[in-house]
Amino acid sequence: MTTTRRELLATALTAAGAAVTPGLADAEAHDHGAGADHQDVPSDPALRTKALESVLVARGLVDRAALDTLVEVYEHEIGPRNGARVVARAWVDEAYRRRLLADGTAAIRELGYGGEESEHLVVVENTDRVHNLVVCTLCSCYPWALLGLPPVWYKSAAYRSRVVIDPRGVLRELGLEVPADTEVRVWDSTAEVRYLVLPQRPAGAKKLSEAELASLVTRDAMIGAARLTLSHEAVRT
Amino acid sequence: MNGVHDMGGLQNFGPVRIEKNEPVFHAEWERRVFAMYEAIDGDWPSGAGRYQRELMPPAEYLRASYYERWLRSLSELLVKSGMVTRTELETGIATGGNTMGRKVLRAAEVRPAIAAGYPAARNVPAVAKFHGGEHVRARNINSAGHTRLPRYVRGKRGTIARDHGVFIFNDSLVQGLGEKPQHVYSVRFAARELWGSDASPSDSVYVDLWDDHLEPA
Repeated sequence: MTTTRRELLATALTAAGAAVTPGLADAEAHDHGAGADHQDVPSDPALRTKALESVLVARGLVDRAALDTLVEVYEHEIGPRNGARVVARAWVDEAYRRRLLADGTAAIRELGYGGEESEHLVVVENTDRVHNLVVCTLCSCYPWALLGLPPVWYKSAAYRSRVVIDPRGVLRELGLEVPADTEVRVWDSTAEVRYLVLPQRPAGAKKLSEAELASLVTRDAMIGAARLTLSHEAVRT
Repeated sequence: MNGVHDMGGLQNFGPVRIEKNEPVFHAEWERRVFAMYEAIDGDWPSGAGRYQRELMPPAEYLRASYYERWLRSLSELLVKSGMVTRTELETGIATGGNTMGRKVLRAAEVRPAIAAGYPAARNVPAVAKFHGGEHVRARNINSAGHTRLPRYVRGKRGTIARDHGVFIFNDSLVQGLGEKPQHVYSVRFAARELWGSDASPSDSVYVDLWDDHLEPA
């Protein structure tokens, strides 16, 4: 944080009460993007976070080592590889696929997954006839245990607002044209149930091992925002 | 509350931009806010943080990044509940003493706590008011408090697609009115019921709703 930035923030503070810039909606979608320095908040979150942590630690309300562990777990241990493993298993094991669609919570537990933000899981399957897509219009609900923490776009106003009224338009922009005779089902995670999309197995992936299949599965496909294709590498194997 | 957080169906927020190879966190302060929020055993009902974010003035909610909202809601709840003072948050210097007798999450407890999660299903008897295939209408209620009934389905007709079982009722819990366990259903709303005849005839939105959100149709 440079001095210049702090001065700018101090200046911004004085005007903050009145200055509501129109057209600035959806800061979350671009405040980490190209204009990362552009942030319209009245004080610096990094400084306020430091102050907050100091107070909470001094007051004995949080343990710094526990904070480090929480970050470690969600930054490095829990992520979309978990969900990919579930998907690949369902592709190679028909009985598992049926169990997964019938009772997602129990089926992911078989592979050791569950817990925070995935206590109650429903898995919906994409087919030639049905394309499923998951959102949380009210907030950011997402199956953490299988996909990790949600990406910025999933939490953005652009996605949350539009995907329920124009799912095909959103998918088209993301490069996914859904045929008119394919039904689109949008799942709005308004309760404590979390949703995972079981993507279609890419054509030509028949000869791959379960681990190789898992490596093809992407986070966005498990939200329903992408279709899986074979990478050149996978085709060679 | 009919807040700006309830954004399903709003237009003009621009295109969805997916960041390639997005990191889990974009700044060190985001890591710390996330972890503090997760770790703290606050003097507030479960879900109060989310409601606190909904209470942000609409223009500020939209301008703030995701973890900025978390930081603000956590700070507000800490002050409101008397766990820290506003002066402490402004100065970073604790003036109150070490809080004794409170359970503090330790590093060794983090992984087990995450693995256990916070199940919201309740094994209590509750009669399901509706059954699979039944037509229902989302009630036209406009709670000023926290609600999981989005505006875009209120007054609309849907079909019970699945009974998820008995769960705590967040609308009640967040207001300190208890868990009020009841059935939660996945309710299918046809896109045309929600958005009119321009919508695709085959598409639909499935919304998870509680017994108290629904009436027979």
